Amino acid sequence: MSFVGGSARLTRARWIAVMTMGLVVVGLLLVLAPLVGPGHDGRGVALMSPSALWGDGVDATIFWNVRLPRTLAAALVGAALAAAGCAFQAVLRNPLAEPFTLGVSSGASLAAVIAIRLGVASVLGTAGVGAAAVVGAVAAVALVWQLGRVGSSLPPATLILAGVTVSMFCSAAALVVQTTADFAEISRMLRWMMGGLEWTQLATVLRALPAVALGAAVLLWQGRDLNALAAGDEAAASVGVAVGRAQTLAFAAASLLVGTSIAIAGPVGFVGLIVPHALRAMVGPDHRVLVPMSLVGGAALVVVCDTVARMLGQLPVGVVTALAGGPFFLMLLVRGKRGSALWRGE
Amino acid sequence: MLALTAATFGYDARPVVRDVSVAVARGELVALIGPNGAGKTTVARLLAGLLAPASGTARVDGRDPRLIARRALARTLAYLPQRYELAFPFTALEVVMMGRYARQRGPGFDSAEDEAAAVAALARCDVATLAARRFDTLSGGERRRVLLAQALCQGADAIILDEPTAALDPAHALAVARALVEERTRGAAIVIVTHDLDLAGRFADRIVALADGAVVADGPAAAVLRAPAVAAAFGVTLHVGALADGAPFVVAR
Repeated sequence: MSFVGGSARLTRARWIAVMTMGLVVVGLLLVLAPLVGPGHDGRGVALMSPSALWGDGVDATIFWNVRLPRTLAAALVGAALAAAGCAFQAVLRNPLAEPFTLGVSSGASLAAVIAIRLGVASVLGTAGVGAAAVVGAVAAVALVWQLGRVGSSLPPATLILAGVTVSMFCSAAALVVQTTADFAEISRMLRWMMGGLEWTQLATVLRALPAVALGAAVLLWQGRDLNALAAGDEAAASVGVAVGRAQTLAFAAASLLVGTSIAIAGPVGFVGLIVPHALRAMVGPDHRVLVPMSLVGGAALVVVCDTVARMLGQLPVGVVTALAGGPFFLMLLVRGKRGSALWRGE
Repeated sequence: MLALTAATFGYDARPVVRDVSVAVARGELVALIGPNGAGKTTVARLLAGLLAPASGTARVDGRDPRLIARRALARTLAYLPQRYELAFPFTALEVVMMGRYARQRGPGFDSAEDEAAAVAALARCDVATLAARRFDTLSGGERRRVLLAQALCQGADAIILDEPTAALDPAHALAVARALVEERTRGAAIVIVTHDLDLAGRFADRIVALADGAVVADGPAAAVLRAPAVAAAFGVTLHVGALADGAPFVVAR
């Protein structure tokens, strides 16, 4: 299905209908997911009774103070990573582009590890490490952007190569920093790099919300720009896109989203890659629909994965997204090779 | 409408265009011809404001195109690049609709007017039946026609097309030329970069011949095709004849 293919053009009413549907799904997940969890003995699956949420019992405390902030954080992280992946893929005209292949995640991780080593966590708490991660993400993008530039253009292959190189360098540098750390710091670093939402508080979610909202709003506004950029700089400019400004804006918004997401949950892999791919095969490549659907789809995926992670004994959510996302992505790849809308030039 | 004056441009200090002056008025169809590497595409890009001359000036409607916002420029000028590769599987209609970018506001929902313009442009280029097909599954000739439809539905007063008839069969090449003549009659300024000397001779009001980045001939089509400098630029002998209706044809030997 394509929203402007055939005779069905993308109107405001149609867009609002699609978005309402997506938001209802995410809304339901946000309400239901925190109700589900392991039983009080730590075994099996227990569903909380909604009536228990309004008392002073253990269930109410778990729901409001532990599971709800965590679920909201999962939704924010998923939405941010998927929309950022969608934007990176469009601007770079490369379906493999995502925060990991561009070195953004590694840059953020390196900055966080350095912050932990320098004792930022003990002075400013996890918010300080999170802020360092945002700075690291933006710095990595700026570096990759500069390295990948050829004159005034940004060839996708050069950029991906620069991204992979920066990513490897940052990962190696993070390991070097770890060798100089004491046991407690190493433990904190490893935990952070594994990613997770176990200790997320509502305050963290509220702090991250404006950044995610801003990044998402920019990308939602840029849907048509991203469509035109998919045909290359010259073709986009010839239909009226201010290419340099559009690319910079999309990169800045996507970096903000990734940095914020890493600040909340550490590096969570695969979401930025698989969500836009899967949705592109389902709703078509029009970014006016794909970006909002990625926000919704990413939120839904990470909320579900985090719920599963909670039930499997507090696994980091990144482990579940990778374990679930890998086979799913391979399935799409195999179907794509048989002629679906996933890949070009098969 | 479109003008280059004493324009010079080079990539990495290698001069590609030297002291080129070209002017195209409204209601005029000009063909840029020349051997491979003569600088035709660079001249087209300079005219479209996609490149800035190192020296000399470029003007669109009397203004420097580099100083006009791209969106405003796109309402005046459409440019069809030689290469067009989509990273994602858009349909032909979606590709044509991208031509409406400069006429949409905000997040850009499609109005009934946008869709009507796109459908009409698809029909004019004889690709209406391909509207729902994925662009990347079309043949080379079909893609060129879809892209021409995109340029037409931009509704611009100047259209610059880099090899619009490349990969087209003779019937479709003629149809494209006729569509361009219609646009010219409507008052648009048209520039085509082409290797099809017959088409240039028959439909262009003027031909500008380039060699080694410089203009070697500029004038009425038949006169330019007969100019010794043009034959020398191509390194062949050009025999120019005339059909019964007076239209020139060219045989290279």
